[in-house]
This record gives sequence, structure tokens and C-alpha cells, in this order.
Amino acid sequence: MSKLKDLFDRKQSGVLNVYCTAGYPGAESTMEVMEALQENGADIIELGMPYSDPLADGPVIQASSSIALLNGMSISRLFEQLAEMKDRIYIPVILMGYMNPVLQYGFERFCSDAARAGISGLILPDLPGYEFEHEYGAVVSKYGLDFIFLVTPETSEERIRKLDQLSSGFLYAVSSSSTTGSDKQMEDVSRYLQRLKGYGLKNPVLVGFGIKDRQSFETAGKYANGAIIGSAYIKALEGADDVRTSTKSFLDSILVKQTD
Amino acid sequence: MQGNSSFRLPTAQGYYGDFGGAYIPEMLYPNVEELQLRYLEILDEPGFQRAFRDLLRDYVGRPTPLYFAKRLSQRFQTNIYLKREDLCHTGAHKINNTIGQILLAQRLGKQRIIAETGAGQHGVATATVCALMGLSCIVYMGEKDIERQAPNVARMRMLGAKVIPATSGSKTLKDATNEAIRDWINNPTDTHYIIGSVVGPHPYPDMVARLQSVISEETRWQLKEKTGSELPTHVVACVGGGSNAAGAFYHFLDEPGVELVAVEAAGLGINSGMTAATTALGRPGILHGSKSLLMQTDDGQVVEPHSISAGLDYPGIGPLHANLFKSGRGKFLSATDEEAIRSAFEVAKLEGIIPALETAHAFAAIDQLSLTESDQVVICLSGRGDKDLATYMKQMDMTGS
Ligand SMILES: Cc1ncc(COP(=O)(O)O)c(C=O)c1O
Repeated sequence: MSKLKDLFDRKQSGVLNVYCTAGYPGAESTMEVMEALQENGADIIELGMPYSDPLADGPVIQASSSIALLNGMSISRLFEQLAEMKDRIYIPVILMGYMNPVLQYGFERFCSDAARAGISGLILPDLPGYEFEHEYGAVVSKYGLDFIFLVTPETSEERIRKLDQLSSGFLYAVSSSSTTGSDKQMEDVSRYLQRLKGYGLKNPVLVGFGIKDRQSFETAGKYANGAIIGSAYIKALEGADDVRTSTKSFLDSILVKQTD
Repeated sequence: MQGNSSFRLPTAQGYYGDFGGAYIPEMLYPNVEELQLRYLEILDEPGFQRAFRDLLRDYVGRPTPLYFAKRLSQRFQTNIYLKREDLCHTGAHKINNTIGQILLAQRLGKQRIIAETGAGQHGVATATVCALMGLSCIVYMGEKDIERQAPNVARMRMLGAKVIPATSGSKTLKDATNEAIRDWINNPTDTHYIIGSVVGPHPYPDMVARLQSVISEETRWQLKEKTGSELPTHVVACVGGGSNAAGAFYHFLDEPGVELVAVEAAGLGINSGMTAATTALGRPGILHGSKSLLMQTDDGQVVEPHSISAGLDYPGIGPLHANLFKSGRGKFLSATDEEAIRSAFEVAKLEGIIPALETAHAFAAIDQLSLTESDQVVICLSGRGDKDLATYMKQMDMTGS
């Protein structure tokens, strides 16, 4: 059974998905970062595969990608690093990246290696619905991977329903039309999230882009099943001496200890 | 994906053979879909056509001459005709596209225009039409290109455009394009992105090719007037993204008797690691929203290209050209920095025309074609060399020529 489905069966609100870049801050940080996220309360890890030309990303994530590439990160190296992931990480891990490196690796080989490493799902923001339906979707499901599409406040209802049908695991609601790390008001977003909620979609919805602190995380949580934090966490790792300490204090600042 | 019978027209999904499509993040979808749904209808509208043709005639100065280059022909023992896009207002073919796209942007109700530029010619052409129509204009330009194409930066500013440096990656055209796309993502409703070449997601390659096709449309009747035949034996053009080549080839694409020659920038040499010769080194890949040939590492990271000419300093080519290459319909050659410079000086002295550095690559490839005295060769003189004078002067200082 899909780890994502299992998670959302157990937990319908306040799901926290944290983005990190593979090979950042150090070449060998990948597993350590993921373990720290798991230990300190993340429900899902979105592991970014660095790319030279990440169109959907803002400056913070792009800079982390450049550093990771300088660190020698590649998809082959990533799968080497993930060799022990199955034994060490039990929360769902999603790979996020751009189509070009995946195509060079070989799309089927990529899905096969990802499934073998214990990856739960994929986000490839520049793989369009049409090509997914006609060419790639069958390969993704052959290896039992979930595939998550993005929707934005500008996406039409018809298209949201279509992308929801094509997605499994969850639907990624981009909070505003922007690249990652931008700072638009969360309150503006609430109407759009309410609209999504009203559609009765088959997938749970996580909100991403612009979620950076407890307040924005909680606002997002009012209208969706949870949220995705990216740039704010990458910033917290910037120049960190100790990944574990920085991760703990970052996640502590987001998550309220369960009381009442 | 699926093949098609014409080299000119992509499928409904924007594919030329295996290449094209619209590989864009969802944030761009509404803008790109709007263009996909409306570009053909708008381009075919009689009112659009009239406005486009009138501006091309009265403002750009079309038709541009087709000039028989006598001394150059003698030098190569053949017949060489120059399609004088350098005589367009602003000094290059780029304005054919920007006139069309600004008229389209108006019909889409957009008030804010963004563009990327390499050599600055497309930036100047965009700033020009924005001034003409009273729309605000932002041009992204690689930091490195801002340095080497200073006159065009000054022109854009004088025309009222804001020039924003792209400081990531190789700080050239590829990175300026990334920044322009990011701007579009962040401004999804009021902004039109005028792409400067036959690259980007569908429908840009087809739209820009159609707008530039006026080059070959004129060439056909002009050549007929001069020689009695509409069809040359060869059409030669330089290729950065491929817009002047697409325009120069367009009405000959489905004429198998016409050899189409595309010339890429080899930089310091194809195997030097400092090159922009995409078809020589590239593999299928995805950049800036379309599947095409792309210079990349084994890991699929885009390679930083090199060419002395900012307009050819790009690691990809448009999908139309990738299909011409793969199918063998087009012949792809390359010229090094040094060969291009040498040709620029030769053309200047033989014909009294100082070509743009980009165009100089097209001239540098004449030698590689086995031309005969009966051949009729059309070279697309895509732009003039004023913007490159600093580079040319440096060369004169070095060689004393
Ligand atoms: C004069 C000239 N020729 C050619 C090019 C290359 O572009 P394309 O291949 O789209 O014609 C440029 C680009 O800036 C240019 O300024």
C-alpha cells in the first residue's frame, strides 16, 4: 500500500511536508538531513534533485541546487546515497525534480530505481498532463509510485479536476502564482483553498510556496490537509554547523507541541 | 511523438517530429494555454494582418532588399544573394517578431511586456515596439552580455526599457531566459512574454517562425524578379535559437530541391569545451519548455555554452531545427569565433557591409559548401555589426588590420 495513502488515512490535518535538496548543504548530507526531519516531526520529505535550470524555483532553492551540483550531486549518486534509506526512513519520501535530468537517466530506469530505494512518489513540475497521460503515466504506475501534480489559483476548475484525477498521494496546491520562496499574503490564499475544498477532490491537498513559519503553516492548515515548507528550511540550513540542531530548532518553531 | 508531413507545421501539441511540446510548470499553464488557443485566430485576423503588414512596411522598412553580392560571388565562384535583414529598423530581423507579438499582446489585453535578450538585438526590438505602443517593458539580459553588448543596453534604456541583469549560471542568454520565465510565473495575468527566437513552449516556436516567415516570402518573389526562378539552390543562415534561419527557410522547407544550411557557433572549436554547436554535441533534452537538442552533461545538467557572439551563445536550438537536423532536411555546419571574425572583415571589405557577429558565422560557412558557378545561394544577413564594433576593434588592435 502507498505510504502516502497510509499517512493520510491516519492523519487528515496538519500534515507537514518539508523540502530539502539532495547533496545540500554537504555532498553527504542527504541521509542526515532526512533523518533529522523524520526525528523532529516531518510527516513527508520532499527530496529535491538539483538541476542547473530550475524554472519553478526561486533564488533560495536555486542557490541550494547550485551548491549541490558543485558538491557533485547527480541522480546516480543520489540513488547510491539512498541505498540504506529503506532501513532508516519510514515516513514517505517524494522525489522532486525537473524532466531533463530524469530523461537522461532514463525515465523507466529512474522509476525502477526510485521504487527499489523505497521512494513513495514523484513531483516533476515540468512534465505536463498531456505527456503524462500519453507517455509517462503508465511507467510511473508500473513501479507503484504516486505522482503529484501542482495546481495554482489560476488553474481552472475543469483542469483542477483533471489533475486531481491524474494525481495520487496528494495534490500540491501552489499558494500563489509564483516561484518558490516568494512572499505573498497567506490570507489572500484562503479563498482559493476554500474553493479547492469545495470541489470534493479525491486527493488530500497540501499547500506549498510561501509557507515559512508557524503562522503560515497554521493558516494553510485551516483549509487544507497540511503544507509544504521549502525555502524557509533551506535558509535555516544555510551555513549550519550541525544539520541536526538546525533542523530541530526549525521544526520546533513550526510545530506546536500537542497539548489540549 | 507522432510525425507530420510538413517541416513547417507542428502538430496540435506543438511537436515537430520528436521535438517541441510544452514542458512547463503548472504556474505557466494559463498564460501558455491562452496563447495556444488564440495565436492562430489572432494571427489570421484581417485586422491583425493589416496592422502587421503596414508596420513592417512603414516602420520596419520592408521589404528588405535582396542584394546580389557581386564581389563576394566572385570570391567564391558562385552567385550569392544577401537578404538584407540588417536594414530593418533597429538593425536585425528580430523586429519582425516583436512587431507581431506586440500586436498580439494588445489583442490579449496585456499591459506589461517582458523579454530576454542575448546580443541585445531582441531586447532593442522589444523596447522599440513597447515605446511605439506605450507599454511598459522589462528586458532580462545576462550580466556577461550586458558587458559585451553595451551599445544595445544603452539603446534599450533610451527607449524606456528596464534592463535587469541575470546573474545566475553562465550569466548569458540561457539564464536571461530563465529569469524572464520566472518573471512570467510571478506575473500571471497582466504580462506577455515576447520570446526572441523559435524556442520555448508551444506555441512560441510556431508563432515566431510564422512572424519571421516574411523573410522567405519576400525572398521568393525577389529571387524570381532577379533570376526568373523563385527557388535558390541554397539558403544559409546562422542559428542561435533559430529565428532568422526559420524565417529564411520557412517558404522553402517543403521544397526538397532547396538545400537549407544552418550554421551554429563552434566557439573555440567543437571539441574545445567552449562551444555552442548544439547539433554537433547535443542530445534530446528539455530546456525552456520544449523538447529539443540540448548541450548537456551525462547527468542532464545544461552545459554552459560559449560563443564570441552573444546571440548564438545558447545551449539549445528550436524544435523546428532539431527536426530538420534529425530528419536530414537541414544541413548543419558550424564556424568558430575566429572564422566568424575573419569572415566579418572579409564581407566588410568586399561588400561594404559590416555584419553582426552572429551573421558572420553564416558567411564563414560558405567555404564548407561545395558551390558551383550555377548555384544560387541566399544568405540571410540577419543583422548589422554596429553593436559588435568593440569586439571588431579589439581584433584590429591585435592584428593591426
Ligand atoms: C543579428 C542576429 N542574428 C542572429 C541572431 C540569433 O538568433 P536567431 O537564431 O533566433 O536568429 C541574433 C540574436 O541575437 C542576432 O542579433
